[in-house]
Amino acid sequence: MADQATFADQAMGLMPSLYAAALRMTRNPADAEDLVQETYLRAYRGFGGFEQGTNLKAWLYRILTNTYINSYRAKKRRPDETELDEVEDLYLYRRIGGLEAAMAGRSAEDELLDRFTDAEVKEAIESLPDNFRMAVLLADVEGFSYKEIAEILDIPIGTVMSRLHRGRKALQKQLYEFAVGRNLAPPAPDTMSESHV
Amino acid sequence: MSDCENSLHELYAYLDGELTDESRAKIQHHLDKCQPCAEPYDFEAELREVVRRKCQEQVPDSLMAKVRSALEQEQSRAEA
Repeated sequence: MADQATFADQAMGLMPSLYAAALRMTRNPADAEDLVQETYLRAYRGFGGFEQGTNLKAWLYRILTNTYINSYRAKKRRPDETELDEVEDLYLYRRIGGLEAAMAGRSAEDELLDRFTDAEVKEAIESLPDNFRMAVLLADVEGFSYKEIAEILDIPIGTVMSRLHRGRKALQKQLYEFAVGRNLAPPAPDTMSESHV
Repeated sequence: MSDCENSLHELYAYLDGELTDESRAKIQHHLDKCQPCAEPYDFEAELREVVRRKCQEQVPDSLMAKVRSALEQEQSRAEA
């Protein structure tokens, strides 16, 4: 049983990551602020039910995603059942990984990846359909485990894995399109090099 | 499944920290001696780091203040 008086001490420091997630979910600052505020209020009211010593961040994310799904998504758009196109594995690596060889330095691809702007990376994530976006956010930006994501989103672990798998590939496809659009990567051949496996 | 196929198959589970110690060690052993497999691992790890780093946000002071005051109000309402 958690004491409400300690809520602010423990929870306020997590706001930057909750706010970032709220921005990626709602795609606009005003809604993101409302979503974060509502999440903190609900969490405060329910803090008595939080078991001290368990994962507060995961608990807050569960409230954040539930609030988003119940209020914002339902209000703004129809339930998002969009499917993703089939995208091959290692989509981005197969297209720009080979540029490493062309650009002498061993870390050329790292530099190339670093040339994506913050805005491009954020937009690429925001372009994903809701279900996939949340899985990718929770895993790749927040570093939650499959089990934690399953609990936050209330879905089976197998579903977490399949959403991550497909969401990540779609994210890579979007990033590749940005790279081509800015002439950071060549548009043409489908693959830079054949995989050896 | 060959060692190369296996390492590609387990790439995300490995990067996600979801493998058993035994499977992890087996893949690590393979990556140490197979450069063509190590390359996509490095690439995906770097991509994830770039995505994580570029998605950070600064919380507006006004939001921090709004939440604090909403929690205080909630508290005084509960005490009243």
